Amino acid sequence: MYFSYFNYWICIILLMIGLYTVMSRSNLVKKLIGLSLFQISVFLFYISMGKISGGTAPIVVEALEGAPEPVYSNPLPHVLILTAIVVGVATTALGLSLVVRIKEAFGTIDEDEILELESEEDK
Amino acid sequence: MVFLSTHLPILTVVIPLLSAAVCALLKGKNLPWALTTIISAISFLMSIQLLLEVNVSGPISYELGSWAPPWGIEYLVDPLNAFLLLIISGISTGVLLYARDSIASEVPEKQQGLFYAAYLLALTGMLGICITGDAFNIFVFLEIMSLSSYVLIAAGAPQDKRALTAAYQYLIIGTVGATFFLIGVGLLYVMTGTLNLADIASRFSEIEDTRPIRAAVGFLVVGIVIKLALFPFHVWLPNGYTYAPSVVTAFFAGTATKVSVYLLIRFIYTVFGGDYSFGIIDLADILLPLAVIGFLSMSAVAIFQKNIKRLLAYSSVAQLGYMVLGISLASESGLTASLVHVFNHAIVKTGLFLSVGCMFYAVGSVYLKDLEGIGQRMPITTFGFVLGGLGLIGVPLTPGFISKWYLILAALEKGSYLGYALVTAVLVSSLLAVIYIWRVVEVAYFRSPPEGTEKAEAPLSMLVPCWIFILGSFYFGIDTTINVGFAEAATSFLLGGS
Amino acid sequence: MVIAQFIDIFLMFLLVAGALTVLTVRNLFVATMMLGIVSFVMALVFISLDAVDVAFTEAAVGAGISTVLYIGTLALVGSEEKAGIKIAPAPMAICLAVGAVLVYATYQMPSYGNADNPVHTHVAPRYIQVSPTEIGVPNMVTSVLSSYRGFDTFGETTVVFTAGIGVLLILSQRRRRKPGEEEEKPAARNGHGRNLLGIGSDHDLIPHVIAKLLIPFILLFALYVQFHGDYGPGGGFQAGVIFAAGFILYALIFGLQLAQRVLSQNAVLYLIAFGVLLYGGVGVVGILLGGNFLDYNVLSSDPVSGQHLGILLIELGVGITVAAAMLAIYYAFVGRADPVSKLPD
Repeated sequence: MYFSYFNYWICIILLMIGLYTVMSRSNLVKKLIGLSLFQISVFLFYISMGKISGGTAPIVVEALEGAPEPVYSNPLPHVLILTAIVVGVATTALGLSLVVRIKEAFGTIDEDEILELESEEDK
Repeated sequence: MVFLSTHLPILTVVIPLLSAAVCALLKGKNLPWALTTIISAISFLMSIQLLLEVNVSGPISYELGSWAPPWGIEYLVDPLNAFLLLIISGISTGVLLYARDSIASEVPEKQQGLFYAAYLLALTGMLGICITGDAFNIFVFLEIMSLSSYVLIAAGAPQDKRALTAAYQYLIIGTVGATFFLIGVGLLYVMTGTLNLADIASRFSEIEDTRPIRAAVGFLVVGIVIKLALFPFHVWLPNGYTYAPSVVTAFFAGTATKVSVYLLIRFIYTVFGGDYSFGIIDLADILLPLAVIGFLSMSAVAIFQKNIKRLLAYSSVAQLGYMVLGISLASESGLTASLVHVFNHAIVKTGLFLSVGCMFYAVGSVYLKDLEGIGQRMPITTFGFVLGGLGLIGVPLTPGFISKWYLILAALEKGSYLGYALVTAVLVSSLLAVIYIWRVVEVAYFRSPPEGTEKAEAPLSMLVPCWIFILGSFYFGIDTTINVGFAEAATSFLLGGS
Repeated sequence: MVIAQFIDIFLMFLLVAGALTVLTVRNLFVATMMLGIVSFVMALVFISLDAVDVAFTEAAVGAGISTVLYIGTLALVGSEEKAGIKIAPAPMAICLAVGAVLVYATYQMPSYGNADNPVHTHVAPRYIQVSPTEIGVPNMVTSVLSSYRGFDTFGETTVVFTAGIGVLLILSQRRRRKPGEEEEKPAARNGHGRNLLGIGSDHDLIPHVIAKLLIPFILLFALYVQFHGDYGPGGGFQAGVIFAAGFILYALIFGLQLAQRVLSQNAVLYLIAFGVLLYGGVGVVGILLGGNFLDYNVLSSDPVSGQHLGILLIELGVGITVAAAMLAIYYAFVGRADPVSKLPD
């Protein structure tokens, strides 16, 4: 292998970009987009650890006569990430529905403007 | 009933889950409420049975799909999580007894089926997190609990539109926390090749001195602590508690953050082991200062709140500080103190939030300025609030006293300087609690009600459950066999077993 | 091999470039599309990492359904970000710290792709070696997903159910209007928003014809994915998403009313709950027949055919709940914009 940790580093870079988007942007939709990115990076982390070099997808194939037994990659991380993807889209859907209602209630989806409106509410 | 007893662990979780699917389809306001209450009560009875069973005959393992762990998912009930199951289902049932009229006044009738379904899902999530013995399964149920709590908080929007932003904020922070947890689980998995908690624990000593494990501990602890709302990760909690419907606030105050306290204990003691968590790397170095700063500063912040729900929410963050302090003392007595406080605070705080819910029902606001003279307008409710407040402060005969007593004893064990400093901090924080409770008392009893308001109590259906919690808290302040007894059993199981 | 590695590395750089664009671009439509592209590229990376099922799902969800939801939201809330690009020091410091911890961790991680890693030697071998005979299903991901870790998948179905009813609850709330407040026109009423939100158009001939051609195949493909998940990539979740996509396409082209005449909002709610109950019901039947919850061996006299039956039924439950939940979420978003029937009064 040329880069034995290359995949993991890409995960880390994506994770940092996603987390930074969540924390630094004040637009509520943009935050959710960042959150999706943050989650996607973790998916890559899990899938990378399940890979075996020279392996194949974990679906049984008939080995040809005389060919070596196929090596299958680990199916468990795949299962976990299937679940995590579903959880991710569920969270996104819920977050977006909140954004729609916030827009209706406050007239804006900018966090700073909402904070101002909220502090007025308390007076 | 051999049939029931072997399947108790799964039934405790799955019955509320399946009922949620039924509940979402029910129309009207009474039917969903009745179903939810009955189901929660059934869960409560089953948790009592489980708790008694594990304390007599030891941990129960249940293999889902009949696949032996670590290949399948395992439910593992021991004295620690059985104690938590009891608290969660018990608080939930008590709150539901109260819920009907309160929810009827705060949530539109058309939505109540969905609302109660979300409530049941939150309950399912919490029970599932506590009972499972599988790291990834914790994540799945954590998300069930979290998603339903965002929905439940947002259900406060018809009363105050800020519920929407509170839910959104919690969604963002909660998801970041859960994803951190997921990264931590991934790192553990990459090093051990398994997801079963007991299996990870058994392989932990071989690999404990590696960098990925240290990072895993970091991610897991940070992820859990975000969900736990420990200072400085607490920002989502006050907003969420303030704008959620009264019933939801009372339910969460008693249960949601306790689940995270449980997770912290579970990972520190069962998975990493106490020797590793407090010896090889010292988590106490981080947790203890955060806990102390947390309960001091949050008690102080609570004093300046204009809204009782927000005041109590900050007080909750402070109380979580006590629980984490107990854990980070890294001793048997500290852990017992922490668990006792989990139980006691659940009862006291739920009672307080329920009495505030009565005030909201009658007055339509929980801002202090709108509650002047509430002691004359709602004498029974307000008196309940005051009694609950005494429990929060920790006056003798109340459960707050019991937990602080254990906490102080545990702190003194720490030895001279640190011990005395911690005791002082706890006492100062209690004094601050006197001040914030007193602010409410002053507004309630020493200001005259605005002109033209009449005496108007909340209906009995709300007052009675509220007083059950208040009186119950006094019972557990005097007779401590249940709370202290089971907490000690859980502690000795954890420390003896590992 | 070298070419394959080159492609991998190229895709990874595309990912990073896409992510950076998402961060910096100010137009939210562009950001959404870039996120979809990142998801799609990620799906390609997953294929090269042997995770075909995950790739399928990521493509259907990340690049498909999520993008539809984002665009539906943007049509309602506007697509321009207000603040310009500024560097926020505190978040930057936190991100760098998190990244540093992870880089620190990678240096003692088992090296990538090595078959001797703990991940490959402890729990997984049983799934790979025994599951084809024990479960009788060639796709090991399906075996693990629906049998060994079937309870996680039940939890996952519950998460989808939660999101479905959650969105319904949140988006059916009526706004309390203060007296004298002006009725605000939703952005979707004018111009482009209409079609995006599926109010339908009467005179676009080409989309009508093409949709009529496509939709039967989409639905058929969904059924194929649903029932072929044992043998190839796919299963209930992917099938549900594709099925929902077919319906959403129909609603986009022919209007929400017609789509709801086929599958009304109420029916959708019933279906969401039905899927969960079907899944849980299989588990309960396992108990009644003397096994544990979700034990499929007892469903039939022969364990392997029991497993087959159990997997078939629970995958069906997943498919129904997912398809119905996605549709319910879509209906709820569109209902929010529909100027005729659903505006707050």
